[in-house]
Amino acid sequence: MRRVRVGNGCGFWGDSPDAPVRLADAGRLDYLTLEYLAELTMSILAVQRQKDAAAGFATDFPHVLGRLARALAEQPQLKIITNAGGMNPHGCAAKAKDVLAQAGLGSRRVGVVSGDDLMPRLDELIAAGHTLNHLDTGEPLAAVRDRVVSANAYLGAAPIVEALRLGADVVVTGRVADASLTVAPAAHEFGWDFADLDRLAAATVAGHLIECGAQATGGLWVDADDATHLETVGYPIADLAADGTFTVTKPDGTGGVVNVAALAEQLLYEVADPARYFTPDVVADFTTVQLRQAGPGVVAVTGGTGRGVTDTYKVSAAYRDGYMAAGTLTIAGPHAAAKARRSGDIMLDRLRQAGFTFAHSLVETIGAGACVPGVVTAAGDPPEVVLRVAVRDPRRAAVERFAREFAPLVTSGYAGTTGYTTGRPPVREVFAYWPALVAKSAVEAKAEVLS
Amino acid sequence: MTRVPLSALAHGRSGDKGNHANVAVIAYTDAGFAWLREHLTAERVAAYFAPLGATKVERFEAANVRGLNFVLSDALAGGASTSLRTDTQGKTFALALLRMEVDAPSGVASAPRANPSL
Repeated sequence: MRRVRVGNGCGFWGDSPDAPVRLADAGRLDYLTLEYLAELTMSILAVQRQKDAAAGFATDFPHVLGRLARALAEQPQLKIITNAGGMNPHGCAAKAKDVLAQAGLGSRRVGVVSGDDLMPRLDELIAAGHTLNHLDTGEPLAAVRDRVVSANAYLGAAPIVEALRLGADVVVTGRVADASLTVAPAAHEFGWDFADLDRLAAATVAGHLIECGAQATGGLWVDADDATHLETVGYPIADLAADGTFTVTKPDGTGGVVNVAALAEQLLYEVADPARYFTPDVVADFTTVQLRQAGPGVVAVTGGTGRGVTDTYKVSAAYRDGYMAAGTLTIAGPHAAAKARRSGDIMLDRLRQAGFTFAHSLVETIGAGACVPGVVTAAGDPPEVVLRVAVRDPRRAAVERFAREFAPLVTSGYAGTTGYTTGRPPVREVFAYWPALVAKSAVEAKAEVLS
Repeated sequence: MTRVPLSALAHGRSGDKGNHANVAVIAYTDAGFAWLREHLTAERVAAYFAPLGATKVERFEAANVRGLNFVLSDALAGGASTSLRTDTQGKTFALALLRMEVDAPSGVASAPRANPSL
C-alpha cells in the first residue's frame, strides 16, 4: 500500500542548519518540511520588509536550499514545503528559484502560497466589521491600530495542496498553521476530501508531533540521558497511510529516541484542551489518539478524530510597544544571591537618581531560582549566581541609558562582581502579540507556481 | 504512603500560547495516572504556582497518554513578546511541577519507567 513520508528538518528559525540536509539524505522522504515562524517572527520580518522591499523572509532557507541541491538532484521525488516566506513569500520564492537555477535544478518548479498578510487590507477589514478583537481581552484591534506592524491569518493546507496540484516541487508559504505543512502533502497524495475530517485530524496529529523537529525524537524528553545520544539526534519522519494512520520514525543510525513517552509529551506540547485542537483545517481531538511502540525506533499512531471545522482563521498581529533590554553580571562569593539581588536594586536606584524610572523592570538571580520565580528556589548558598536585570519602557533613550548602568557595578558594586564580558546589552524594540480571529470568508488564500 | 517528588510518578513538558502556559503531566503507569487524576487537581496546581500570578488554572485530561494538561492563564508576565523574564515561554514549568512533593502509595511512587528508550 502506498505511503507518504514527510520529514521535518527545521522546528523554528534558528534550528540546526545541518538537520535538513541530514534528514533529506537519509530519510527516504517524499516531502521535507521546514518550519521557521514563531508567534513573533512575523513582526520582525515585517519591520525588515519596511526597510527593504526585497527582505522579510527567513533568510536561512535559501542557504539551506542550496545545501539541499544534491539531495534534490539525487531524489527527483523529493519535494519541499516551507513557511520561510514569512512576510514576503514571493520574494523568498524568487530567491529559491535563483538558488535552484544556480544548482542546475532550474526545471524544478517553485510554488507560492500567499493571502495570509492582512496588513494591506487592515483598514478595509476593520471598516467592514472585522474588529479583530484580542482573544483574551476582547479589545478591538482599533485600540492599537496606529502601532500595528503585522497581521497575518494562519492559512491551512488547502492552498498548499493547490500549489502541489499545479506542479510545485518547492512550496514557499507565508503564515500557515504548522501542522498544515504535513496535512497538505498527505491530502494531496491521497486525494483526501477536505470534508474528511478524521483523516485531516489524523494528519494534523502527525504534523503537530513533528513540527518542532527534534522535540519528537528525544529533544526535551524528561528522561533523556547519555544513552539517548542527543549529540547525533535524528529529526522526525511521519510515514502516513491513505487512511490517516501513520508511524513516527527517524533515519537509521541517528541518536535520539522514538518512543511513546517522548511522543506523549510532544502530543500535549503547546496544547490547551487536547480534545479540541484548533487548526484552519479541522478541530482535532487528540484524546482519541493511540501511541504504540511498533518496533525499535518506530511508534504507530492511530485514532485522531475530527470534531468539526471553524469558520474563522486565527490571526496573529503585532504592534509596537516600546523598547526593552536585559543584561547580566556574575556575582560570586558568600551570600551571592542576596548580593546579586541588592546589586540589581542598586542599579535601578542609580538610574532613578539620574532621572530614569521604568514602566517595567525585573531583577533576577539566575542560579537561585529565576526560571519559575517564587516557586522553585535554591536550597543553600550557591557559590555564584548570575544577576540579570531587564527593563521595558516606551522611551528608547531611557532603555539605552539603562544599558550603560551594568559596567559601573564592576568597580562600584560588591566584591565578587565579574562577568562583564559581553558589553552593553542591546536595546530592541518590543512588538506585542495580539491574537484574534477573522472570518474565513474575509481571507483569500492564493496558490500559484512561478513561471 | 511515601513522600516523593511528582517526578517519581510522572514526566511532562510545558510551553506557551501567548501569555498562557500549558503544563502537561504524564504518568508512567496506569496506577500512577489514577492517583494523579484524583490528587493533582487544578486547585493544587494553582496553589503551587501561585507566585506566577496566573488568573486561572484549568485541567484537561488526555487519558489516552495518561496525561493531565494544566493551562495557566496569564502566567507568563506578558509572554514571549513582552515578558522580561528569562523563561518567557514557561519551558521550565513542567520540571518545576515535577519537583512538587506528594504523599503517594509506595506502589505508585516506585513505578518503573513504562517506556524505556529503545
